[in-house]
Amino acid sequence: MTTSTPLLERTERAPLPEHHRSWTGRAAAALATPGGAVYVLVVALLVATVLANPNFGDPGVVIRFLGRTAPIAIAAIGQYYVIVSGEFDLSMGAVVAAQVVMAGNLIGEDESRILPVTLLMLAVGVLIGVLNGLGTTLLGVPSFIVTLGMMLALGGLVDHLTGGAATGNPADSFREIGRGGIEDVPVVDVIPYPLIILAVLGALASWSMRRPFGRSLVAAGDNPDAARVSGSSLWWLKTRAFVISSLSATVAGIILVGYAGVHPSVGQGYEFTAITAVVLGGVVLGGGRGWVLSAAAGAVALELLFVLLTALGVESTWRATVQGLIIIAAVAVAGRAWQRGRRPRRTGSSSATSSRHLTHHQPTPGTTTGDN
Amino acid sequence: MRTPLRSRSLRGAVASVAALAALAACSTDESIDDPAPQAGEESTSESEGSGGSEEWFVQADFDEQDQQRSATFEGDPEQPYLQYIDGEMTDTADYASQEAQKVCFANASISNPWRQTGWITMNQQLQELQDAGVISEMETRDAQDDDNTQIADIDYFISEGNCDVFVISPNSTAAMTPAVERACETGKPVIVFDRGVETDCYTTFIHPIGGYAWGIDTANFLVENLEEGDKVVALRILPGVDVLETRWAAAEKIFEENGIEAVDYFTGADPTKIKGIITDELTKGDVAGVWMDAGDGAVAAIEAFEDQGVDYPVMTGEDEMSFLRKWEETGLTGLAPVYSNFQWRTPLLAIQKIVAGEEVPKEWVLPQTPITEEERADFLAANEGMPDGHYAKFGGEDLTGYPEVWQERQIP
Repeated sequence: MTTSTPLLERTERAPLPEHHRSWTGRAAAALATPGGAVYVLVVALLVATVLANPNFGDPGVVIRFLGRTAPIAIAAIGQYYVIVSGEFDLSMGAVVAAQVVMAGNLIGEDESRILPVTLLMLAVGVLIGVLNGLGTTLLGVPSFIVTLGMMLALGGLVDHLTGGAATGNPADSFREIGRGGIEDVPVVDVIPYPLIILAVLGALASWSMRRPFGRSLVAAGDNPDAARVSGSSLWWLKTRAFVISSLSATVAGIILVGYAGVHPSVGQGYEFTAITAVVLGGVVLGGGRGWVLSAAAGAVALELLFVLLTALGVESTWRATVQGLIIIAAVAVAGRAWQRGRRPRRTGSSSATSSRHLTHHQPTPGTTTGDN
Repeated sequence: MRTPLRSRSLRGAVASVAALAALAACSTDESIDDPAPQAGEESTSESEGSGGSEEWFVQADFDEQDQQRSATFEGDPEQPYLQYIDGEMTDTADYASQEAQKVCFANASISNPWRQTGWITMNQQLQELQDAGVISEMETRDAQDDDNTQIADIDYFISEGNCDVFVISPNSTAAMTPAVERACETGKPVIVFDRGVETDCYTTFIHPIGGYAWGIDTANFLVENLEEGDKVVALRILPGVDVLETRWAAAEKIFEENGIEAVDYFTGADPTKIKGIITDELTKGDVAGVWMDAGDGAVAAIEAFEDQGVDYPVMTGEDEMSFLRKWEETGLTGLAPVYSNFQWRTPLLAIQKIVAGEEVPKEWVLPQTPITEEERADFLAANEGMPDGHYAKFGGEDLTGYPEVWQERQIP
């Protein structure tokens, strides 16, 4: 995807003011963007949780919490690729459920089947991603609809296979992936395997976003036409994003089977939690802006919020309402942060009164073509 | 154009967040004092709302079910699905018939292992009655947990079903009442089972003792095995279903009276949520007991204690095989309350009595006895080879196809 270089040159017309600042200045500015603000939010929620429940300050507890958060963080990373390219993946939760049920039904208590079934699950993940991607790009159906259809299709398949209720759990050694960890570690006591998987995938994701693939993907989300003109192969780019998304859901499913066991409700609402995490991480819906690790941090923030509500002893019937309101508030605050923290405008024209919309009215040279 | 694209995506963002919030808390137009129920359930349209359990607690029902726990049941204890508490009977002489009946069954859903097990048993019972010439066929409509679907199903049966008998397992109490009344107006026998309705136009209403009895059995067990001031985590499937709400209403009252600190959560039976909740509670402090309003997900709760490396709690689950097995394996102090699954046979057997002109109980209260630790081994042995989602007191041992049909768990 080296062809994207001209595009990038065109977008970054002049040196941007930030780059003249010191490292600390840039870090401070970064924290003021939504992608950075989510880390502030994570720290704030962590402090609040520890205040509400001092036991949560124990490193062993925090590391176990992070292990538990790993599947949703991995799903958020996968969802990030799709969202930053300007699409949605609503099939994620259904993919998780389908993979969980597959693991339960196909592996059973037979340990020799672990490897082949895991490979099969990954292959199914790739297949779903390819179908989502091709449906969106080649058939031109909006991804919202393609993945919604995929969600329903997979949901129906799971219902058909299970009748909507739990079947048996797969072999314990398979479940170790999601349940176990490296024992007897100093300070933290245990490092859960899911956390290690998250760390590896997070590093891979961060690296991939610095590669031409990642840059082209963001560019495609920012302005598909410019990306097309610059020679990027849009369908291949976006299809890969969908494959990454459904593969991440597959990995989340493998971890969840271990962590929790087989139940058709596992993965329920995952697509929305992942999208919320991505938005909370400051990634702009519609694509073209946002950091991949901030999406993972958004997932951690969401899970911390649940823990905080437990620590505060919020009544069960109010819990969902409180969660919903806090999420809206957090995204609104993040939106404000984006306003304040964005790079100073070179023109300085609409400084005081600039609303979000005004910023978008600024034409960008070479991008005034019809949208899709 | 760049501009419309962007502002649209922003509006998309707002819409998505709004959808998320709506999903997180499907709030209806209830008064602001009524907390909104969790996502994923359907009974939000009822006027009762779904707030605190005090709304669901009716002292008279509590007392009645408390007494029924020790009541004498008429009939053969070997056939618990035919036992009943002596009371008002419905005369069915008018319905006596030599013809094989067409049964129309409006089912709420088969979306949990309890309903699935019952549904399998019911179909095996159906086969026997078809062979005996009592029933010609049973047309079933599955409402998939949706009130509106079930209302449409019942109305379809009334107008097009050509039914001789109606069997209705209501999805929710208030919403289904008018439809059941319309079925009664056809003058044909109407059999309601499991969840109730707010009318008594039915021929017979079949159910185990009920939610209060469940709550009393389980809460008493925890109180006996715990100290005052101990903490119990209550795991509840969803709000707004009477048979589940009354379980918690009774248990909460008993916990309060005995100084047990109980905190309740809605889990949707999702093992991920259950594990997270228990883990968080264990981080907060000791958890001495776990109470469940249904056993689905019990294993995940127990595993959370294992993963944290702390002592097992005193726990009440259900007679689902997964819990019975884990209970035996861990040796924890536990009780398996039973919401008698064998009740799924009774509606069809009631039809047999009705067409023979025999009277049936107006309210057919079936026995509901928890499985204790002493009885556990017997039930485990009797149900060996059954899948984890099977219920020990399914009561179909004498039916054709036993045990393969239940072992393979082929949902009809």
